[in-house]
Amino acid sequence: MRFSNMVKRPALAAALALALGAAGAAAQAKTFRWAYQGDATSLDPMALNETFTLGFQGNIYEPLVGYDENLNLVPMLAESWENPEPTKWVFKLRKGVKFHDGSDFNADDVIFSWKRSLTPGSDMKGYGAKASEVRKIDDYTVEVITPTPNPILPREWSLLYMMDKEWSEKHNTTEATNVKGDQGNYANLHTNGTGPYMVVERQPDVRTVLKRNPHYWGKIPANADEVIFQPITQEATRVAALISGEMDLVMPVPVQDWQRLEDAKGVRPLTDAEARAIFIGMDQHRDELLYSDVKGKNPFKDPRVREAVVLAVDTNAINQKIMRGAAKPLGSLVATSVNGYDDSFGAPYKPDPERARKLLAEAGYPNGFTVTMDCPNDRYVNDEKVCQAVAAMLGRVGIKIDLLAQTKSKYFGKILLQAGNDTSMYMLGWTPSSIDAHNVLLNLTACRDAKTAAGQFNLGGYCNPKVDELTKQIGSETDQAKRSAMIKEAFMIVRNEFGYLPLHQQPMSWGVKEGIQVKQRADDVLDLRYVVLP
Amino acid sequence: MLTFIARRLLQSLLVMLAVGLIAFSMFRYVGDPVANMVGQDTTPEQRIELRQRLGLDDPFIVQFGRFVADAARGDFGISYRHRRPVSELLAERLPATLELSFVSAVMALALGIPMGVYTALRRRGLLSRAFMTVSLIGISLPTFLIGILLILVFGVQLRWLPSFGRGEVVELGWWTTGLLTRSGLSALILPAITLALFQMTLIMRLVRSEMLEVLRADFIKFARARGLPERLINFRHALKNTMVPVITITGLQLGSIIAFAIITETVFQWPGMGLLFLQAISMVDIPVMAAYLVLIAFFFVVINLVVDLLYFVVDPRLRVQSA
Repeated sequence: MRFSNMVKRPALAAALALALGAAGAAAQAKTFRWAYQGDATSLDPMALNETFTLGFQGNIYEPLVGYDENLNLVPMLAESWENPEPTKWVFKLRKGVKFHDGSDFNADDVIFSWKRSLTPGSDMKGYGAKASEVRKIDDYTVEVITPTPNPILPREWSLLYMMDKEWSEKHNTTEATNVKGDQGNYANLHTNGTGPYMVVERQPDVRTVLKRNPHYWGKIPANADEVIFQPITQEATRVAALISGEMDLVMPVPVQDWQRLEDAKGVRPLTDAEARAIFIGMDQHRDELLYSDVKGKNPFKDPRVREAVVLAVDTNAINQKIMRGAAKPLGSLVATSVNGYDDSFGAPYKPDPERARKLLAEAGYPNGFTVTMDCPNDRYVNDEKVCQAVAAMLGRVGIKIDLLAQTKSKYFGKILLQAGNDTSMYMLGWTPSSIDAHNVLLNLTACRDAKTAAGQFNLGGYCNPKVDELTKQIGSETDQAKRSAMIKEAFMIVRNEFGYLPLHQQPMSWGVKEGIQVKQRADDVLDLRYVVLP
Repeated sequence: MLTFIARRLLQSLLVMLAVGLIAFSMFRYVGDPVANMVGQDTTPEQRIELRQRLGLDDPFIVQFGRFVADAARGDFGISYRHRRPVSELLAERLPATLELSFVSAVMALALGIPMGVYTALRRRGLLSRAFMTVSLIGISLPTFLIGILLILVFGVQLRWLPSFGRGEVVELGWWTTGLLTRSGLSALILPAITLALFQMTLIMRLVRSEMLEVLRADFIKFARARGLPERLINFRHALKNTMVPVITITGLQLGSIIAFAIITETVFQWPGMGLLFLQAISMVDIPVMAAYLVLIAFFFVVINLVVDLLYFVVDPRLRVQSA
């Protein structure tokens, strides 16, 4: 009895103060509430290279060069940049920028951030490794030396966020949050960035509260004073929270709820094609498929069989029936919003099941064959349903698919390089982190090479030496026109060889309260700079 | 009495060890943790190096031995996903789960026992039959569905109660409670009802059948013959004798509520241990999974111990025996 009285009064007082405070603040402050299916893994900008985490941190931290709402490169902490020599980039930094704690942003911070990205706990080492040296010319000019000519360094560094050297040293976080032996890195839960919002409260997996940075250097349309982010794992609850008015924006919304959002008052769905290309890959490397009834040879090594696979599938029908018209059928591994895309190689293939059957007979499979297709069931939008549709379409031309759909941890644990690419046919989705086609060539079509990490996600082992040669040239070509021409040439080869079965760009799916303006960026990132509340 | 408790606690250690062993032997089949810990641009070399650093390629016995040795010192490792000590994570989430479990257990008891007594005493009444029918619905609908239904009705359509989360919480030292704030209490209602519904039905039917049995006993007939008032007979004598099986069932159910409030926590985004565990499974966060399973085993053992001790309190015959 006494215990409860003891705590009741101060606790009640606290609750009362909270309620009054909130009521008072609500009168003037605009609060934006949003939810995602998970949380940003960490507040440390080098902890994990994951789209959502980096996108979330992008509101708090900023890179030298960033993206606007249409994924065009725009100056952020660097005002201008030039490429005087093939291996040298010079960045002129923006003056007058302050971190959230008031200290100045200058060249020392850039060098420090680059070094930090290379520490053992960092998952951004690949980005840091793009530079072999970063020199300070003066307080607001840095020179970046790259190991090989790199025409798109600013774009590739759009995810390398700038941290404050003095703050990191003061809080003993000069090394990135390490998953082993690190009892609690300060940067994991605290931030000091240059972005338009700062963290005032962080409860991982429960709630993160951001407050507007009054000294932000840029002019942005955003007018929310406070942003409250809460992860809601269960999709039905997420949608309910939007419709009930507790949330202003939720993402992602399951495809079947789009109609419900259209019908409900006060909310609307936002669906647009993501920059993520979804495709089916085939094992073209092994001499005999692991999971097929064809013995002694690999049917996917024959381009006629691959052509049959591609022609059997009607990507438009999949879009209409399964994606409700919101996907964008695609004929390449490069999405339309990616730098280097061109309709000549990206337009969807025209389905032709008759020809597919003929080709199979020509290749020696008049009765088709059986093969197991691996598919995730919780990674991409309607992934399992799409796989089932593809399986049905392939079945019609004689290729019988044994579909193995499983949860993403087990799925990737099976098909990735570390597991030995234990698959004969698989589904994969890819958004190049640099939003540039070279990244796609390097990761998906390059001949596999464990030493250079080329073709790390080329799980089927597609290999064409001409494409590889072009990829290398593209990597160091500074003339944009020549570069685009080479990209086109490389992808035309892949297209004509039917190296992959491209399906579509999957749709992004957000739910928003009416009256709130947001920009749905093609890499599925919510940039708070463009959120305007009524 | 003391040796009894000491022996039980020793048994609990054995149970926890066994659970840990079984859990560990299954972790190799849940997927690849490294794939969730790094992004798509991480090179194969870096991934292999990470695997070695975490000791994921060591034989199973070595990994398990390492886990037990660390756990004995109170160190449950660092979560792969959160990069914070697991014991810290569990301590953060424990109050939410315990509060929800206890409130729903209390709700189930507070409603189930009176309903059970009523339906036993007025077997053929209209209200009795109504209770029995409605309770059948409570048992046959899955928790998931009940939760979503409640959210839809009370959260979306009526907007009386919040559809997710725990509301404002007050920190009391290491514990956080939602019972002291209005939003905390209103957020507790729907999840507690969802969790309590199955329990309540079980308790109600159990009390009813036990009461019906006891009311037929000789000593009740003699008490009536002696002229004792009905209220005394029903609640003091009859009800007390039905308590032993009810306590057993409630105890076991409480353990399984704490352990498996996972579904309810997921539906209501309740920041408890169950949600943490579910996320750990999908992210293959092995340290969290192992620590959670061992902790739950410990809870079950403690609850069963308390239940066994309660027998001594409730049933005087057992007291005489042990003395």
